[in-house]
Amino acid sequence: MAAGAEADPMPRAGRDAYRAARRKEAMRSLAFALPLLVFLVAVFLYPIGALLLRSVQSEDVAAALPRVSAGLAAWSGAALPPSPVFEALAADIAAAQERGTLVSAARRLNTYEPGFRSLILKTARRLPDPAAGPVAPAFVAIDPRWGETETWHFIQRASARITPDYLLAAIDLRAGPRGLSELPPDQRIYQAAFARTFLISGTVTLLCLILGYPVAYLLATLPPRQSNRLMIFVIVPFWTSLLVRTTAWYVLLQPNGVVNALLAQAGLTREPLALMFNRTGVLVGMTHVLLPFMILANYAVMRGISPSYQRAAVSLGAHPAIAFLRVYVPQTLPGIGTGTFLVFVLAIGYYITPALLGGGGDEMISQLIAFQMDRQLNWGLAGALSVYLVLLTLAVYFVFNHFVGVDRLRLG
Amino acid sequence: MQSTTLTERVGRRVLRLVSAAVLVFLVAPVLIVIPLSFNESAYFSYPMSGFSTRWYAALVSSEEWRLAVVNSFIIGLASTAIATVLGTAAAMGISRPSFPLRGFIMPLLISPMIIPIVVVAVSLYLVFAPLGLTSSHAGVILAHAALGTPFVVITVTATLMAFNWNLVRAAASLGAPPLVTFRRVTLPLIAPGVATGAVFAFATSFDEVIVILFIGGAEQKTIPRQMWSGIRDQINPSILAMAALLTVFAITLFLVIDWLHGRAAPAADTRG
Repeated sequence: MAAGAEADPMPRAGRDAYRAARRKEAMRSLAFALPLLVFLVAVFLYPIGALLLRSVQSEDVAAALPRVSAGLAAWSGAALPPSPVFEALAADIAAAQERGTLVSAARRLNTYEPGFRSLILKTARRLPDPAAGPVAPAFVAIDPRWGETETWHFIQRASARITPDYLLAAIDLRAGPRGLSELPPDQRIYQAAFARTFLISGTVTLLCLILGYPVAYLLATLPPRQSNRLMIFVIVPFWTSLLVRTTAWYVLLQPNGVVNALLAQAGLTREPLALMFNRTGVLVGMTHVLLPFMILANYAVMRGISPSYQRAAVSLGAHPAIAFLRVYVPQTLPGIGTGTFLVFVLAIGYYITPALLGGGGDEMISQLIAFQMDRQLNWGLAGALSVYLVLLTLAVYFVFNHFVGVDRLRLG
Repeated sequence: MQSTTLTERVGRRVLRLVSAAVLVFLVAPVLIVIPLSFNESAYFSYPMSGFSTRWYAALVSSEEWRLAVVNSFIIGLASTAIATVLGTAAAMGISRPSFPLRGFIMPLLISPMIIPIVVVAVSLYLVFAPLGLTSSHAGVILAHAALGTPFVVITVTATLMAFNWNLVRAAASLGAPPLVTFRRVTLPLIAPGVATGAVFAFATSFDEVIVILFIGGAEQKTIPRQMWSGIRDQINPSILAMAALLTVFAITLFLVIDWLHGRAAPAADTRG
């Protein structure tokens, strides 16, 4: 467009009209996507936002024990709080019990220290009467923990409406009177669970790559008729329900199941091997379910690679293995990237397969989130664990989008 | 003529052997379910103790399984309809060169595919429970529709890459209203992409269990939900009969897709 530089600039009115038309065109394109955007915000993004926000919200104690919360706001934590705070506690517990909000406050406090719930409920049953004399000694008489500053420290922390405590608890940290500290080793769960989730997902991804790459290569280099016929072996398991495949492994890996029977028949084992309710079961099941993603992603890229580069390298004297590694494999990196991304991102969110085929030491983060929500009703901790899991997923997504590009995600 | 060296031939042989083993690993567990579902024994033991169709009889006579099959299809079809309409419309917008904020909106649209499903399920429970949408078909259908939309968006967008927008302009210049243009010009051309997306969305719903575990009630039990309790709570070999039927269903689905697309390499939602 050499002429463009010399031509008169577009008249002002024309340029404005052009811009307005472009803006209108952009708005019209956006209008097509708007119904889906609104729908996803309402039934998907808003709920997820609400759960993630739960990780920093702490309303229960402030709502149930308003006077204590106010009284402790200015408390330094050096000595026991003054007696009006004890009186406020007596009044608050009585009021909260009447309104039915005491249990949720007790449950919230229990997240700091097991036993806190029973302390609150026990105290509520024998509440000292302020008219009968000084309240503070009466509280200590009910339970000596009321005479410890740490107890009051936890109530103070729990009455803040915005709290970092769940986010800390989700990585086994605790904010005490003397700053951050790690939980005692026997109470640490989540760091290990994140590491385990990462390790299982990474191992599954690697297994899928090792097993899937050669298959994709063979399928991509066979004549189309043959490769189409073999493709059924990949697609049919792919279309088969996840539950069916997990059920199949559940049956096959039993101590008296098919795999053990075949191993014994072949004379390889005397005793049945423990193949399920342990890491082996999780890895076998997850690799089986996710392997087709890896094969299909690599196949899609390899199909478009011309064999002539590799042939050229060999004809110039390269060893076939070197030609493969130095000339062919680099051309397949987008496929490796897409497959690795898909398998890893799906694996870190896995729930069903580890729950059915895994044992006690194989719990993944998803299972712990479900447990916190389902059994413990601890929305804050479920939210905090979700925050880390979602951040991890997004990090993987952005790495993938940076190096490979999300436009390469194809399904058809 | 291309000459092959010994190394290449050996390499090729090894490649075939390894690939054969992997393909057997992939397909054998799926197919072995079919003979095992005729096992007479109530335990998942092998060798089989005898041939019996009792688990199929148990399946057919079970009111719970009948309800699960009906639910799976109601929820699957309803959520697919929503996902297909919304996803196709969105793809029509995204594929236009004038689409704004693509880098920001695209991740939002495909997020249901990559956000861990347990996080989705817990979030939906949190928001749906106060609205009375838990233990309701409506709640599950809305949730499954959201999970299915990325598949429709991706397949239809891919189809539209090859679409000639001049056809739309030509129709408009000849006086066709936009809806008529869509129905008579655009839709017939992108129909294979829309249909593929719809099959993906249906498969996503049909295979989904975690959201249902959290927000569905006894009335919303679907086939996978029923299989989950079949393994988890009461070990019942009728789940093998259902698994065998679903395997046959998957093969049928494959043939449908194959017919739709000439030859397809699709991806169902298999988040566990």
